[in-house]
Amino acid sequence: MTRLGLLIDVTKCSGCHNCFLACRDEYYDNDYSPYSAPQPLDGQFWMQVKEVERGSYPKVKLDYIPTPCVHCDDAPCIAIAADNAVYKREDGFVIIDPVKAKGQKDIVNSCPYRVIFWNKELDIPQKCTMCAHRLDQGDREPRCVEACPTGALTFGDLDDPNSTISQYMAEKKIEDFHPEFGTKPTVKYVGVPKRLVAGEVVRADKRGECAEGAKITLEGDGVKLETASDSYGDFEFEGVDKNKTYKLTVSLAGYATLSCDISTHTDVNLGEIVLERA
Amino acid sequence: MAEKVFANLTNSGPVSVYVKDGKIVRVRPLVVEPDDYKPWVIEAGGKKYSPPKKPTLSPYIHAERRRIYSDERIKYPMKRVDFDPDGERNPQNRGKSRYERISWDEAASIVAKEIKRVRETYGGSAISGITSSHHNWGIVGYKMGPFLRFMNMLEYTPVLDNPDSWEGWHWGASHTYGFFWRLGMPEPYDCLGDALQNAEQIVYWSNDPDSTRGTYSGQESSLWRQWLKEKGVKMVFIDPFHNYTNAVMGGKWIAPRLGTDTAIAMAIAYVWIEEDTYNKEYVANRTIGFDKFKPYVMGETDGVPKTPEWAEEESGVSARTIRTLAREWAAKRTILSGGSRGGEGGACRTAYGTEWARMMVLLQAMQGLGGPGRSIWGTTMGAPNDTSTWFPGYGEPDGRMSMSKAANWLPQNPTKQRLWRLTVPESILDGHTEWYGEGFCGKSLEQQFTHFEYPMEGHSEIKMWYRYGGSFIGTMSDTNNWVRMYQSPKLEFVVNQDIWWQSETRFADIILPACTNFERDDIGEWAAIGGYTVHASSGCNYRYIVREQKCIEPLWESKSDYEIFALVAEKMGRRDEFTDGGKTELDWAKAFFDISDLPKYISWEELNEKGYHIVNIRDDYKPTPSMRWFYESRDCDTPDTGNPKRLTEKKAELGTFSGLIEFESVSLKQYFPDDDERPVVPRYIPSWEGHHTTELFEKYPLALMSPHPRMSFHCHYDKHTDWLNDIPVHRIKKDGFAWWPARINPVDACVRGINNNDIVRLYNDRGSVLCIAVVTDRVRPGVIHSYASAAHYDPLQPGDPTSIDRGGCVSILTPARMMSKNVPGMTPNSCLIEIEKWEA
Repeated sequence: MTRLGLLIDVTKCSGCHNCFLACRDEYYDNDYSPYSAPQPLDGQFWMQVKEVERGSYPKVKLDYIPTPCVHCDDAPCIAIAADNAVYKREDGFVIIDPVKAKGQKDIVNSCPYRVIFWNKELDIPQKCTMCAHRLDQGDREPRCVEACPTGALTFGDLDDPNSTISQYMAEKKIEDFHPEFGTKPTVKYVGVPKRLVAGEVVRADKRGECAEGAKITLEGDGVKLETASDSYGDFEFEGVDKNKTYKLTVSLAGYATLSCDISTHTDVNLGEIVLERA
Repeated sequence: MAEKVFANLTNSGPVSVYVKDGKIVRVRPLVVEPDDYKPWVIEAGGKKYSPPKKPTLSPYIHAERRRIYSDERIKYPMKRVDFDPDGERNPQNRGKSRYERISWDEAASIVAKEIKRVRETYGGSAISGITSSHHNWGIVGYKMGPFLRFMNMLEYTPVLDNPDSWEGWHWGASHTYGFFWRLGMPEPYDCLGDALQNAEQIVYWSNDPDSTRGTYSGQESSLWRQWLKEKGVKMVFIDPFHNYTNAVMGGKWIAPRLGTDTAIAMAIAYVWIEEDTYNKEYVANRTIGFDKFKPYVMGETDGVPKTPEWAEEESGVSARTIRTLAREWAAKRTILSGGSRGGEGGACRTAYGTEWARMMVLLQAMQGLGGPGRSIWGTTMGAPNDTSTWFPGYGEPDGRMSMSKAANWLPQNPTKQRLWRLTVPESILDGHTEWYGEGFCGKSLEQQFTHFEYPMEGHSEIKMWYRYGGSFIGTMSDTNNWVRMYQSPKLEFVVNQDIWWQSETRFADIILPACTNFERDDIGEWAAIGGYTVHASSGCNYRYIVREQKCIEPLWESKSDYEIFALVAEKMGRRDEFTDGGKTELDWAKAFFDISDLPKYISWEELNEKGYHIVNIRDDYKPTPSMRWFYESRDCDTPDTGNPKRLTEKKAELGTFSGLIEFESVSLKQYFPDDDERPVVPRYIPSWEGHHTTELFEKYPLALMSPHPRMSFHCHYDKHTDWLNDIPVHRIKKDGFAWWPARINPVDACVRGINNNDIVRLYNDRGSVLCIAVVTDRVRPGVIHSYASAAHYDPLQPGDPTSIDRGGCVSILTPARMMSKNVPGMTPNSCLIEIEKWEA
């Protein structure tokens, strides 16, 4: 059996929620034993779409992070489950057996990604099965991927170097959603949002014209990033590490260089940075 | 029992419906045999672009199952408890009183008897009624079919629709470049290919295509924009709200004060003239009246040069930003993404919105509109599309059982009287209205100048109101007036026929439960409405014609609209007339199939069995990009069948009076030469409700923008599809209630002590609406963003037109005032309000 994987490109996700709704449509009130019992009407989000807004007016970013079960190789839910109630298939999917898992509430709380939900009525934990029942019937992909209009979700054979997902993973910088959890997820991400540092360069003596081409550097913690202001005088550093301190410097020929210390405990919009004639 | 799969169609794409034990268990994007698809290929920049072999639906369609089985369905025929057709009618209690269940026989008998009484007493013109749009899909059951056929039999007074989603284009842009046959939107042909091959920049002006989705074409175009982004096409968004297309595309966000877009447009023209960076050859040869326009822009006629600094004062957008935008627009091949199924953002739905739409055309004309990478393109239509295979859409007479050659007999309505949708409440309450404009003026520019008066001489005032689908409290303007209207004793009888309980349902005397298109037979094509948006299926990657198969029996006691009208007609002794001699809905579907081109490609039996037919582009497909012919001074080569000059000796002309792009409008000059609110040459005119209306602005300092919604469609799917309440973009649950979001900048929230997730009251002199505050930097300070089209009208005092609504119908707050004195367009985005934390 081949290993099947899901790759989520956050930079392409528009937040349309097709994946969330298609998932609910598949599972609500539908029994796919032995993979899953019916999902209740409320309160379960097997494919949740998290909204992340960063920056401040008018330098603002909006991202959506689709969050299913990430089907870990070192899955805490498997470790904590009694009676092998949670198991990993050869293709990599982590499945909760709805019969064996009855009453095992610890399975819900074991998940650091918080993607396992408790079904009060049936007394069982439930989560994404990667549509194992559909794939077993011969479908090519889970409902969430089928519904995705932008190509943000890619599903396929990780062992085949020519598969779309393998090629995508070879081209892009792949990451875990939460590497700090250390659970070796098989669902991978591209472009998980980090800190934004942005601003607009303005010349005090030419306020009616945008200041293109100013050099901006961001230095600290062993890294040095450099960019230039664009035709609107805007600049931004995307994907900056969180909780660090940097020195930001703005320089433009003929103008006095400005610099300041910034901290990325939150996103940083410096607003108008006004350069005076040297 | 095994699952059975049916094909069906929605306002946002084709679906496969899985039924088990007579119950729908799953609704998927239509599952199509891969070999049925022959994807088109666009070559650009050394790459080949081709669509995936699947339809991509709008989000809410995936929750269709919940809408079909919604508790909000009207389950039985109902009568208002204090309505007695033979005694006290108590119209003042509409909106307050309870309902009791009655039989279909009783309901149909009362409706038939009232029709007879009203017609005999006042004549057919005393009956009027109106539909909502797009709550179902399929030409057999669509409103233009059964509703219109039945109403024409009664010789009723039709209500003229205003072009509500793109007003300024209709009443303004058409006087600069024609396209009245597209209600002011340009032709969309092959704009995608042109963009991929030629565009360097796209300016989205008051346009959020990721949310409005070409109206009916699902999310097919989102991948097109991904391609353009990956190609490095620069994206600019002009919108007081950092909209969802902006969010996924990135790029430059420019946020003007609401209603000041035209000032920015003037300043862009100023920069181009001052810096001599416009296409002088095009302006000289393809336009007229520039010599009248230029002096206004440069300040020679009014002493006010329309400089970027002047526009900064008006709009709050810095002069340097406007200057750079103008320069990049001139230097880069730039597509203007405002119209062509992209007008729904709001700038075209403001006071004097005609002027903004005219300026969109004129700015692009100054850069050679129609040239490579210089189109007006909403980004949601214009894929390669086979236009040679004809299948009727509901927008054309042949797609309506009320007018089609598919019928043996067609009722003729001799009644000349009309109502105007926006002023229906005023007409009923005041008994008199006047306006210019024949609704959807798609036959000629002159139709915009036709004068109407209600009541028309020799006709009756309206006594009976037949509402079919009913949700205007969430979509029209100053909508407490609809509550007042319904309680007027002038309306002796009100029927509401619908599938779900809507904002207006509870104002009826008799309520008739209809069923969805999943509970009856129909036929239709995805996104293809025909008529005034001909070839709209180019918003989809393929053409899908679907035999909409009845999946389940009508739920509860509901019936199809067709069956309901047939039943009432039967009580009137006219069933045979209505059903065209006993046709079933399946017979009608077959009749429409027979008159189409489809029999050349697939048999009725096969279509019936398979459920769908894909129309691919032809092997010899040749792109004919929108307006390229005009740019190159050639004869029109696009398949734009509505263009009345296309097959005449004037085929190289636009639809304007002069045949050219008009800076000085010949049509306006001829009909309204002295109109200072839609002047012959466009001007920036500050809003009659905005930051210049000092007294009002001091009282209500926030501008409400209420564009078309992202997670629902008109008023459909909201309220009736509970899963959407788990999507915070749509509604946010708090204390057991799903609230409609109002987005507010932190600066405005802070001074009012408003925190995220607080319940807030939005109010002005017209009303009060409760929403949930979403404090966000994605909205400009001074602006509140809250979508129009809430379906949940939930007044704290039912039946009181001054009540606070907690359902989120912000249209209660928007002005009923028309765009300008001779332009009867709506203006929801010229609306001042205040907002406060709601403590009760």
